[in-house]
Amino acid sequence: MKKFTFVLNGRDVEALEGQSILEAADGAGVYIPRLCYHKDLLPGGHCRVCSVKVNGKVANACTMPAADWMVVDTDTEELNEYRRLIIELLFVEGNHFCPICEKSGDCELQALAYKFGMTAPLWPTLSKNPPVDASHPDVFIDRNRCVLCGRCVRASRERDGKSVFGLEGRGIRTRIALDSLDGLGMTALGRNDAAATICPTGSLVLKRVGFTTPYGARAYDKAPIGSEIEKKEE
Amino acid sequence: MVCNADEGEPGTFKDRVVFTEVPDLLFEGMTVAGYAVGASEGIVYLRAEYEYLLPGLLEVLDRRRRLGLLGRNICGKEGFDFDVRIQMGAGSYVCGEESSLLESAEGRRGAPRTRPPFPVTRGYRNQPTALNNAETLCCAARILAKGADWFAAQGTRDSTGTKLLSVSGDCARPGTYEVEFGLSVNKLLALVGADEAAAVQVGGPSGTCVAPKDFGRKICYEDLSTGGSVMVFGPGRDMLEVVRDFTEFFAEESCGWCAPCRVGTEVLLRMLDEIRDGRGTQDHLYRMMQLGDTVKACSRCGLGQTAVNPFLTTLRNMRDIYTERLSAHEYVPRLDLKKAVAFSEELAGHRSEVKEE
Ligand code: SF4
Ligand code: SF4
Ligand code: FES
Repeated sequence: MKKFTFVLNGRDVEALEGQSILEAADGAGVYIPRLCYHKDLLPGGHCRVCSVKVNGKVANACTMPAADWMVVDTDTEELNEYRRLIIELLFVEGNHFCPICEKSGDCELQALAYKFGMTAPLWPTLSKNPPVDASHPDVFIDRNRCVLCGRCVRASRERDGKSVFGLEGRGIRTRIALDSLDGLGMTALGRNDAAATICPTGSLVLKRVGFTTPYGARAYDKAPIGSEIEKKEE
Repeated sequence: MVCNADEGEPGTFKDRVVFTEVPDLLFEGMTVAGYAVGASEGIVYLRAEYEYLLPGLLEVLDRRRRLGLLGRNICGKEGFDFDVRIQMGAGSYVCGEESSLLESAEGRRGAPRTRPPFPVTRGYRNQPTALNNAETLCCAARILAKGADWFAAQGTRDSTGTKLLSVSGDCARPGTYEVEFGLSVNKLLALVGADEAAAVQVGGPSGTCVAPKDFGRKICYEDLSTGGSVMVFGPGRDMLEVVRDFTEFFAEESCGWCAPCRVGTEVLLRMLDEIRDGRGTQDHLYRMMQLGDTVKACSRCGLGQTAVNPFLTTLRNMRDIYTERLSAHEYVPRLDLKKAVAFSEELAGHRSEVKEE
């Protein structure tokens, strides 16, 4: 694959042809905040948390291929305000009661909220209180905590060769649909499927292991989100 | 070669005039464009609400085939093959956006694609696709017939030619007008009989709302750009209601794919309602502006990028419609305490004391 360089936060970095801005930045040890992106899946472009500036214009880093003419900024006050606001919106779209959530401490949404300094509730809450679906023996889905990142949809298709999940409805009524009307238990989802563990939040969760690692000893209790990528730089 | 005939911007009905009165001009334009880009297949994506126009359009296509203006070896020219089929839309606003239109035309859910790649590289069924709206294609036909100089002599330096406008609302003579680019709002208002206009929405809900102080501005790409929709609002109209309705429209039509548009439009709508109901504060306006900027900058497609325009442009041009309804309090709680504790009161079997200040 052809190599080229582009400017990332003021310095020249190398990228491979076909890489997105986000992938190229990862390679260079620069963390671009992201939520719906997952390294094992095709990018979805849902959350827009990865918004960056390319030659002064906002662009989406996980879907935009890097190119040699680009001057990219990833960490400006303006961008970080956008990001915080989007995270805040995702919190009011659902109902995120972290103190009792299985995912707390391992949750990418929560970790981003900490990173961007989300504080008071500023927006009207939109929660629709959808019921929890616990019909599957090993996995449950609590759509109150779903951020519609589409990871489960893509993982089921791309990694598991199934299509257990899909997006349905439009606008604020968009929700994760299942390929059975009779609940998660009647779908082809298996405990070892990629889709069963790929959720960034506490929406799609394995049963009975939620508290094996206690609060306080979890991934983002130890280091803020993104530090695993930034570390490589040293 | 795809013609975007999804005319879905509220207040736009100019393409309808093309389909009913000069459909040949449109098909001629498509044929010319097909020839220019080397396409043999043309598709008209017709908005669902125009289904009643379909039989008439199919008749025109048949006639053109009989005359040798469509099909193989058009006009006897060896190898000039081009034909047109009409694809009905299914009624979604976002399908006016080119990549959603292509998704829908291929039989999938109407939601935008990730771009790049753009349709010119990979469009309909992954083939390079030229996608233009009906009016542009009509212009192409007329430019070939009358010459580029004739066309360029009209309009302004950066917006040559003429523009079809659909004018509706509080005016004596609503309808479709063909005007030269560069016409001022004032002149247009005189033309359609709207001397008392209090506000004009140029370019539909996603365009710009203009107040009387700016009626000298011109309709052209370098000033007030428009897809063709012009709505006139008289002095009796409540502009906050108008902004609210436009915002509701976008929230309804958001495809739901990306977070800023899906959640942002709905939150904006709720906050407009709070202001309307006298529960808004100064802080609302500040927050809503931040929200608007984020949705505009970060949304995935044109819908979200423009959905906040009704709010943002009126906040700039007619701030009064908001400030006059703000609550005098610095902070108005969203939580209705009495309602929130009602259920617990019932369980406990006695009422709580709330001290009013
Ligand atoms: S999903 Fe994440 S943000 Fe939501 S309640 Fe659980 S820990 Fe908190
Ligand atoms: S269930 Fe989880 S993985 Fe699936 S869309 Fe919702 S947040 Fe994303
Ligand atoms: S990470 Fe790029 S849009 Fe979500």
